[in-house]
Amino acid sequence: MKFSDFVASDAIRARVEADSKEGVVREMVRALVDAGRITRSDEESIVRAIMKREDLGSTGIGRGVAVPHTKHPGVTRLVGTVAVSPPGIDFESLDGDPVHLFFLLVSPPDRPGDHLRALENISRQLRDDTFCRLLKAAKGPVDIQHLLEEADSQGVAS
Amino acid sequence: MSTPDTMGDRDTAERQTLSREVVVSNSQGLHARPADLLAREARKWRSRIELVVDAHRVDGKSILDVLTLAAEAGTRVVIEATGPDARDALDALGTLFAKRFNELEEPSNHDGSTGHRHVSRGGTPGH
Repeated sequence: MKFSDFVASDAIRARVEADSKEGVVREMVRALVDAGRITRSDEESIVRAIMKREDLGSTGIGRGVAVPHTKHPGVTRLVGTVAVSPPGIDFESLDGDPVHLFFLLVSPPDRPGDHLRALENISRQLRDDTFCRLLKAAKGPVDIQHLLEEADSQGVAS
Repeated sequence: MSTPDTMGDRDTAERQTLSREVVVSNSQGLHARPADLLAREARKWRSRIELVVDAHRVDGKSILDVLTLAAEAGTRVVIEATGPDARDALDALGTLFAKRFNELEEPSNHDGSTGHRHVSRGGTPGH
């Protein structure tokens, strides 16, 4: 699965304003609403579901990356977006480091395979230090979009 | 190439690779939480731990590596351990798989995505 298969490009945020765990989740879900990927009436229940998932164990998987996610009947296919926090946010991540890169995923119920394939793609690309560094340094959503496209086509060569 | 000295024998024992095949049996597969548990357990052991699914071989001590397996429920995984504590490491990791990573069977429904359901169908009421 490629980034372009699930990342809503018009919901990408290069500089989140939030400085808290719930704040960044809210901002990203709002971005998906504003991009027309999820309906406004689902916004609050999606935020709550993602935060409940975080209570089971942070999705901050280390290396400054978090993958907040949930399943929700309000989507019929996997949708996601990407956000960057240049100063970093305390996400109670597994290695304790602040999180700079966020990949938020909302998947339809009963499609665990799609979620796993999105995670596979994200984690495979994030093993590339250059990709991480360039994402963190992105000046705007267009830069991020280009990096994702590059990763989709060949991986970001260092 | 036999080395009869004890040093050589011990060295050989420490490099021995043991393996065990397990099956991903939790319904959600090896997503972020089980991958974290797995890598965390693997890091407790001195042995090198690798996970193999078909032709895909990854470092079992790295959550990012484990996630790249995208192992769904039913996937067969071979755990390979190389080192002085290989056997105990395999036992511990095998137990995690057997216990389905302590997952609730339907974690995403437990997380209340519709706002008013707790645990849904096919449930395991005791969990």
